[in-house]
Amino acid sequence: MDASPMHTNYLNANYGVKSWLLTVDHKRIALLYLASITVFFLLGSLFALVIRLELLTPAGDLVQADTYNKLFTMHGIIMVFFFLIPSIPAVLGNFLVPMMIGAKDLAFPRLNLLSWYIYILGGSFTLWAVATGGVDTGWTFYTPYSTTFSNTNVIPAALGIFITGFSSILTGLNFVVTIHRMRAPGLTWFRLPLFIWAHYATSIIMILGTPVIAITVLLVGLERAFHIGIFDPALGGDPVLFQHLFWFYSHPAVYIMILPSMGVVSEIISCFSRKGIFGYSFIAMSSIAIALLGFLVWGHHMFVSSQSVYAALVFSVLSFAVAIPSAVKVFNWTATLYRGSVSFEAPMLYALGFIGLFTIGGLTGLFLASLGLDVHVHDTYFVVAHFHYIMVGGALMGYLGGMHFWWPKITGRMYPETWARVAALIVFVGFNLTFFPQFILGYLGMPRRYHVYPEEFQVLNVMSTAGASILGLGYLLPLCYLIWSLRYGVRASANPWHATGLEWTTPSPPPTENFTETPVVTEEAYNYAAHDLPAREAHVA
Amino acid sequence: MLPEQTAPYVAHHFDDAAQQHEASALGMWLFLVTEIMFFGGLFTAYVVYRAAFPAAFHAASQELDITLGAFNTAVLLTSSLTMALAVHGAQTSKRGMLIVCLLLTIALGTTFLGVKAYEYWHKWHEHLVPGPGFVFHGADPANAQLFFSLYFAMTGLHALHMVIGIALLGILTVRGAQGMFNQFYYTPVELSGLYWHFVDLVWIFLFPLLYLLGRH
Repeated sequence: MDASPMHTNYLNANYGVKSWLLTVDHKRIALLYLASITVFFLLGSLFALVIRLELLTPAGDLVQADTYNKLFTMHGIIMVFFFLIPSIPAVLGNFLVPMMIGAKDLAFPRLNLLSWYIYILGGSFTLWAVATGGVDTGWTFYTPYSTTFSNTNVIPAALGIFITGFSSILTGLNFVVTIHRMRAPGLTWFRLPLFIWAHYATSIIMILGTPVIAITVLLVGLERAFHIGIFDPALGGDPVLFQHLFWFYSHPAVYIMILPSMGVVSEIISCFSRKGIFGYSFIAMSSIAIALLGFLVWGHHMFVSSQSVYAALVFSVLSFAVAIPSAVKVFNWTATLYRGSVSFEAPMLYALGFIGLFTIGGLTGLFLASLGLDVHVHDTYFVVAHFHYIMVGGALMGYLGGMHFWWPKITGRMYPETWARVAALIVFVGFNLTFFPQFILGYLGMPRRYHVYPEEFQVLNVMSTAGASILGLGYLLPLCYLIWSLRYGVRASANPWHATGLEWTTPSPPPTENFTETPVVTEEAYNYAAHDLPAREAHVA
Repeated sequence: MLPEQTAPYVAHHFDDAAQQHEASALGMWLFLVTEIMFFGGLFTAYVVYRAAFPAAFHAASQELDITLGAFNTAVLLTSSLTMALAVHGAQTSKRGMLIVCLLLTIALGTTFLGVKAYEYWHKWHEHLVPGPGFVFHGADPANAQLFFSLYFAMTGLHALHMVIGIALLGILTVRGAQGMFNQFYYTPVELSGLYWHFVDLVWIFLFPLLYLLGRH
């Protein structure tokens, strides 16, 4: 099924800035998000670069302590709220959720466009906070420092997060309604691709969690602006209440980042093993379990914050419980590989990398959920390494894997396979070299958020900085060759991977209405056994 | 029933009017869930501090005017009735009933806000607005100020929702007068009604928590 170069699709249906800025097509909105989150990713990476350069030597020779505080704060705020949380849902989810369920669009297309504008508005406030001097509270905004003592731009940064939260809420709402009400005939719940289940679970968290962070940062802003005491102990408030409210969202927020990635990995592993996914319903239900359990573990961020020991015990046990559905996924992916016709295209390299890095990140999470051990490694680089293994090693690997996997569908062009495989390997090596030494540093006692450190930590820090440079190269490569492929890439057919799923039944790039006629689904997801085709078409080099 | 393919109110990406209605209704219910979580943060803070500082909160809550609070509760409950009747008017294509009930709801909502504004002005007059000018002659002024911080945050956020609701009802009145709603298409009226009832319900929790708790 060759795609004629001239067929009318969502990209060439109409032209001009207005046709993009006023579009209600979920696919175009996905690309608007792609462009914006890429800008924020580059900015956040720039802050990371300066942080790693400063930590090359034990002395504070590149930046002063105040600047360093702002650097890690802005790195965290931008990467968490403006890159990782929107990344897969707002780009790949926006593009694929309607296509995978055979719908013409999301249930509320104009609301979808509004979400993007809200994101841009929130992002602008945050950029304003950066441009006019930055903010130094850490991305966690702990009170009373953020409300009383910091003399940096807390209010614009908090406002930016408050506003962007509504973008996330509306996206989640749109997904849930779409998945409930817009499925094609025959597409029952247990025929849905696991990517959809993952986004359904993610949306639950967005809907239930995000409003709480919104009200929390709003209160921080009010307290700071009007000197009313909600969290300030001098005015009768309790700073620990802030931590409870903050982590009630911000722990589940980690699952907003990782669950969509798991959905991507399920698609890729099945496709490049040429096998139906092992334990479909277990993977689907484990996403829901992670979403729900994720709301009951926030106290593990507060083991040393005067929390009662009984509360800490319960939070510890519940945190261990999250490992069960997470492990269910890892075991099922591994079982899918078993006796599959595995091939190692770039998306598969990212997916396999995800499994390895997520496993390390997840297991070290159990170290941190253990009450005794957490006291030792609390606020050290062990924590930094752990959450980067989940958020970068997990979420970002899934994002890159998904971008490669669906790039032909999104753009109608193939990416250069060799370059992509090289980049995937560079990312994997660079990532591990950056963050594995940080586990050791943390275990040895190097605290996070300091710009100077004792000399005996230098070797490991040099390794970490060297790894970060390799990692940076690994991220720049896809940026270059993906843009290159827009013009010079081989034209993609409708289904270059011979993958299952409705999105592959329509031309690449898809027409504006996605399908020429509403598809009817008659089989389970991932029915690779019935098709028996290789993972790549012959003409794809 | 109108033939659905020609119904102008069905957006292009829906199969039919029923699917559009179900999607919109589910979307509104989910939005209200997010609202519950949004207010939930404030309610949590209030309950935590009420339990931590019972005496100060009790003393501070005595400053609220229970008569005005009760009056406003009655006003809002009545407005929920007129809102429900407005939805019924739309569903049965009774344009006059729809318009009159919407206007009544707007009037009652505005009355509520007027009384609330008077209460705020009174608190300002009594130096009970948190901030540098706050004066409280009870035993524990810091925690009494905490009570008033939460009082203003919670009722202020509620009032903001009322303002948005009144604006929505204003739009519905204009559209209703243009004859946009009838027995085939009344989704916006029904969903705005859901929102209005939700805002009413928030007050049903705010009133006892802030005004009544601990009074005999």
